[in-house]
Amino acid sequence: MNLPRYRRLQPAFYRLQAARCTACRQVHFPSRTRCLGCGSASMEPVRLSGQGRVLSFARMLHAARGFQDSVGSLTALIELREGVRLVAQLTDVEPDGIGIGQEVEMVLRRLRSDAEQGLIVYGYKFRPVLKRQAGAQAQS
Amino acid sequence: MRPVSIIGVGQTPVGEHWQKSLRELAVEAVQAALADAGVERPDALFAGNMLSGGLCEQENLATLVADFSGFPGIEALKIEAACASGGAVVRAAHMVVASGAHDLVVAVGVEKMTDLGGDGVTSGLATAADADYEAAHGITFTALNALLMRLYMERYGYARRDFSPFVITAHENGVHNPQAMFREAIDEKDFLDSPMVAEPISILDSSPVCDGAAAVVLCPTEKARSFTERPVQILASATATDTIGLGPRKDPLWFESAYLSAQRVYQQAGVSPKDINFFELHDAFTIVSALSLEACGFAERGQGVRFAQECNIHRNGKLPISTQGGLKARGHPVGASGTYQILEVVDQLRGRAGEAQLGNVRIGMAQSIGGMASVAVTHLLGVEV
Ligand SMILES: [Zn+2]
Repeated sequence: MNLPRYRRLQPAFYRLQAARCTACRQVHFPSRTRCLGCGSASMEPVRLSGQGRVLSFARMLHAARGFQDSVGSLTALIELREGVRLVAQLTDVEPDGIGIGQEVEMVLRRLRSDAEQGLIVYGYKFRPVLKRQAGAQAQS
Repeated sequence: MRPVSIIGVGQTPVGEHWQKSLRELAVEAVQAALADAGVERPDALFAGNMLSGGLCEQENLATLVADFSGFPGIEALKIEAACASGGAVVRAAHMVVASGAHDLVVAVGVEKMTDLGGDGVTSGLATAADADYEAAHGITFTALNALLMRLYMERYGYARRDFSPFVITAHENGVHNPQAMFREAIDEKDFLDSPMVAEPISILDSSPVCDGAAAVVLCPTEKARSFTERPVQILASATATDTIGLGPRKDPLWFESAYLSAQRVYQQAGVSPKDINFFELHDAFTIVSALSLEACGFAERGQGVRFAQECNIHRNGKLPISTQGGLKARGHPVGASGTYQILEVVDQLRGRAGEAQLGNVRIGMAQSIGGMASVAVTHLLGVEV
């Protein structure tokens, strides 16, 4: 990762900016300029909810160069509320604390700390959604 | 378009070639293929390769190989389609000969992977995925395949153990291939005990990092018999693509590229899956074998693993696969594997597969898959009996 590339990716990495087809309303992540659904080239940027559920997950016991921190971490295929699917790392989760169907939400986390030019790269990861306990607010 | 045949093949053993460089491997395979074909000088050379830039700091690869093979001056181009590069290079050479642009073309697939440490190779392989939206998130290629394997197990109700027939069969067959990296049979216990790479994928679900080169020589079918008594015709050749990322697919457990390229070759050759005698498939991971069998119409959706469990894939089964070890046991020097597959199909059809020889085969299929099946190259080869 280098600075110009990182800057270009920030809308997607920081707030899940996607592209919505103005003709058929299908949402695409990553953004693309031509709709896979209907072929229209008229797209508008939208921000995804970041709310979804785990369709599948894997535990990585080897990492690519520059991602040694990822050894032992979980990767997931996630389906967001909007119907969009993406692959991302999970965070704030115990090794055995995940299952298929788990509800997750996007959080901004460090992706790597030793990229070129000393860059620290941040981007989306997902964590399990904790259910709020009913009445908890009233007691506080 | 004119019919095209393969008139010669050559390969290096697959393994960790500490004494041989990228160029030496490629040149060795090219020279062996040309000698087998009885061709002194080809009109053009195509080099299939995925990672020469990233792993060996060498691009302009086809020029290098043409030069050191002794043919500076000829047309030479590199063909890259991730892990399917070795199939794609044969596809490219086929198009060139079929079109009439050249008569004698050598296609060589080569990969030199072992000079770099494990994490460097892992990074290199991740470039087959979406660099910005998969690899940049630290997600390895094996992890992406592991997502598919768990989804498959969950949806169709399989356990890890159910995938073992793919691995046991490949290793059984590898024993009979003197060029294979692994020539030892393994059993189900070995499979179940093997350490995880990206859970639920273990070392033995995966194909090994290694070096190797394989080459084939193509010419118009009408001229093939002037070079060899036993040419093998390319009955059909097709490539197809899918989205590069897993996310945008309607069903992640459906390999559309494998399906489309298989449909195209069946149509070109006027055959159906039941006409295929054996299948060199892309067994880079056990889950990929299952999904390839389903996409190509050999098994229903969700039945690829059952198809293997029912002994169909053995050398005496309905559809022998990985007949000389496959990517799993012969080895998977990524950009060369697709060319090894073609060479092995040719050897079987010419009756030159030695101890790995199948009886009575007329039509063989090879399918090379790149990325997360974002690209697939499929060939049908045949001989008259
Ligand atoms: Zn649309």
